[in-house]
Amino acid sequence: MTALATTAGLAGDTGTEPGPASDRRIRWRSLLSRVGFVLPAIVILVALLWALFPGLFTGQDPTETVAPALQAPSAEHWFGTDATGRDLYARVVYGASQSIIGALVAVLVGLVVGTAIGLAAGAVGGAVDEVLMRVVDVLLAIPALLLSLSVVILLGFGTTSAAVAVGVTSIAVFARLARSRVVSVRVTDFVEAAYGSGGTFFGVLWRHILPNSLTPVIALAALQFGSAILQISTLGFLGYGAPPPTPEWGLLIAEGRNYVATAWWLTVLPGIVVVLVVLATNRLSQALRGGDAA
Amino acid sequence: MSYVLRRVGQAVLVLALAYTAAYLLLAALPGDAVIARYGSPELGLTPEQIEAIRESLGADQPLLVQYVRSIAGFLTGDFGYSVASGAAVSDLIATALPPTLTLAALGLALAVFLAVTIAFTATYGAGGVLRRVFRGIPPLFVSLPVFWIGIILIQIFSFRLGLVPVIGADPVQALILPVITLAIPIAAPLSQVLMRSIDEVREQPFVAVVRARGASTSWLLWRNVARNALLPTLTMAGLLFGELVGGAVVTETVFARAGIGQLTAQAVANRDTPVLLAVVVISTVAFVGINLIVDLLFPVLDARLRAGSRRRGAGGAGDAGDAASATDTPAADRAVDELVDATVGPSAGATPAPAATPAPAVVARGGNR
Repeated sequence: MTALATTAGLAGDTGTEPGPASDRRIRWRSLLSRVGFVLPAIVILVALLWALFPGLFTGQDPTETVAPALQAPSAEHWFGTDATGRDLYARVVYGASQSIIGALVAVLVGLVVGTAIGLAAGAVGGAVDEVLMRVVDVLLAIPALLLSLSVVILLGFGTTSAAVAVGVTSIAVFARLARSRVVSVRVTDFVEAAYGSGGTFFGVLWRHILPNSLTPVIALAALQFGSAILQISTLGFLGYGAPPPTPEWGLLIAEGRNYVATAWWLTVLPGIVVVLVVLATNRLSQALRGGDAA
Repeated sequence: MSYVLRRVGQAVLVLALAYTAAYLLLAALPGDAVIARYGSPELGLTPEQIEAIRESLGADQPLLVQYVRSIAGFLTGDFGYSVASGAAVSDLIATALPPTLTLAALGLALAVFLAVTIAFTATYGAGGVLRRVFRGIPPLFVSLPVFWIGIILIQIFSFRLGLVPVIGADPVQALILPVITLAIPIAAPLSQVLMRSIDEVREQPFVAVVRARGASTSWLLWRNVARNALLPTLTMAGLLFGELVGGAVVTETVFARAGIGQLTAQAVANRDTPVLLAVVVISTVAFVGINLIVDLLFPVLDARLRAGSRRRGAGGAGDAGDAASATDTPAADRAVDELVDATVGPSAGATPAPAATPAPAVVARGGNR
């Protein structure tokens, strides 16, 4: 849709000029969109590798004092050192696992629970639908951060509970999306035919309704991944995530807060990493849907 | 009238359920708040003294009695006592509310201004490059951690440029950076939805007609496009309120401002569940209230939904039905669909469901796409 809108706008304003000029523009465009896909993909790949094999990217220990405190970024310490002389780059690299794996857990919680609720509500209908959708309404009615704080207070502070807490806040969106898809798939001809040719309720649900409802849900999951990274880092920043020696991204920025005047790199550089990863995720989820990233 | 009653009934039901859920989550499940608070040996309290505290807090009663009592308390404005400080929660909230309301109101105003500027420039701005750059702003804003925005603003404006003093700022100066911090995450979804509805409206046949009759771009923008884009934006009000609450917690923590947000952050740190419960319940009441108002306003603003003028097939066959189905879905739900549509894209969005987003109010959804 965005693709349509942008080309429509272009045509309306500059007039369509056939010939080499527009040809070149199209070629330039497609090249740009390919870069717009490859670049985010590289960022995500690097972040994933950081999360899985941090040792490959830095020889330094993220929790050991390796240099004088508060050194500016240099060839030796790319991101500088923090208040206790730990290498900030190593801390960011090792912190990736907290954020990336936490975000995966969060998205999984939202995806599985939300889709299950949406599927049940849409497929069964009637009273079950009513009850489940009221549950979703309740989840929507409590502001997201307050909901995740409530869950965190219940489960205790830590990486896993922060991830689950963030996941809980996305259940409602997944449930609504899944339900709306199921409701529209349920009345299609092929589902009718599947029932007609002797399919059981659960058989048809599993074989036909679920797979055909899943595509947009997966697209939403990709999008939620980026927002989950943000929310987990927010909980970490507030101090409800991983405990202090752990190099969690939000916590890193929180630790650098007291040195804003003297050591800019402590807050700026980890923040840029978070923004790049989240931007790349959003961009990629858009590209995966086949849309022209606006 | 039955529409109003149904909406109010739904709102009350959701509130009751949300209260029960929050109560179970915060007051009932997490073990024994009294022991957690007073049980540590350093305080040197005897078991009898702890029992006395328990009794004075009403914590020795069965859960159901406590639950009913807490509902009665909330209805009369009595939110119990803070486990951490012993102060009345209602007093804590009363002192924390004014600064947060100021912050939130200014933040929202700036966010609306930003969103309108971004959306109009991105859709009607001069030059394709300018439009593309402005289209790129909301996705960027969405990707910024709110706490980081605050820290970077402090770094740039307080330490590098020295424009806003860190210490000894007057109340107005102290508001500038927090308001900007709060406005950015709110402007992002708002401008996305605005842009989407402007894109949708401008392709309607009536826009071409109005233009052909000699309307200038700005006239068209304000009189036709903006008016039609207002409805989907209004739907977002509740969702934006949620963003405001979350943003206030983070912003007030970053800038060390007293307010509801900091009260909340401290309550979580101290596991002060009565305070958190009160904040959650008050926010939920506000959220449900805002959405109720939006739902009740919709028929007033959308001509197609006014009683008497709801004639199917008058303007466009699917149109009235489309709009009518929109009112069957509460604003809270439509807002989510709207946002999913705007971010995940309409191909994936909830459009085929009964919960379709309302079509622009003047002419039926154009078949020109």
